[in-house]
Amino acid sequence: MKARVTVTLRNGVLDPQGQAIQHALGSLGFEGVENVRQGKVIEFDIDAASDDEARGTVKDMCEKLLANTVIETYSVEILH
Amino acid sequence: MRSAVIVFPGSNCDRDMAVALSKVSGKATEMVWHKESHLPSRLDLIAIPGGFSFGDFLRCGAIAARAPIMRAVVEFAAGGGYVLGVCNGFQVMIEAGLLPGALMRNQSLKFICKPVSLEVGTVDSPYTQGYSKDQILSLPVAHHDGNYIADHETLSRLEDGDRVAFRYTENPNGSQGNIAGILSENRRCLGMMPHPERAIEKEHGNRDGQLLFTSLAKNVMAAV
Repeated sequence: MKARVTVTLRNGVLDPQGQAIQHALGSLGFEGVENVRQGKVIEFDIDAASDDEARGTVKDMCEKLLANTVIETYSVEILH
Repeated sequence: MRSAVIVFPGSNCDRDMAVALSKVSGKATEMVWHKESHLPSRLDLIAIPGGFSFGDFLRCGAIAARAPIMRAVVEFAAGGGYVLGVCNGFQVMIEAGLLPGALMRNQSLKFICKPVSLEVGTVDSPYTQGYSKDQILSLPVAHHDGNYIADHETLSRLEDGDRVAFRYTENPNGSQGNIAGILSENRRCLGMMPHPERAIEKEHGNRDGQLLFTSLAKNVMAAV
């Protein structure tokens, strides 16, 4: 199966890159855009007996490496 | 003082650090490749140098912090060993859990490469004992991700414990509390963004970083 991890900055953590994107969108004429947050997506194939098992392993990966939980949050999707 | 410098792919201040350490200790500095799992015996100090370890992939210092040698470095620190991390080395120490908080992208989003003015935050550490409190130094910085951030509880633990070693007098990167360098609870680990090893000889433009290494060497020798 395939796992997709999305990592973004925690609420309340200033995101200067998100702000720069928001400014650029504004100058292109896209109006009403607010709270832009930049993050990253990490995808990989994983061998597991069940979705739950895969989800557990991927969460462990997030805690240990993929996200810095001091400033970031993550979400895990298991795809087929 | 017996010291070693850890080298990762992408480290680029490792030799400058080794020169600084060898100069104050009068002994050769061991260079330790990240794939090793054991440290040389009878070490007093480990330095984690600046650079762009593993291309800054994922997050600065994140991959390096999980390299095989780092398990030995964390054990060394837990046993009371001295660990100095500069720039990328500070990022690696934070990612390895040796120091609290996080280092984010500079608020200006720019890579900053210039001398900055720093205030000595505490003289109660083996690294800063040679300076005087509130002394102003000039040291070079060269980083993209030096914006120090931590939750309120961590920040008050640092402040109440007198663990801020250096502060910027004019904040270049957005760091909370103008923090440029912090100490571990036992005061034997120091992580800092500015580069003391680039300010130890007349030819460097100034020698404000030299005292850090000489007071460290004096302390380490006294503790032995």
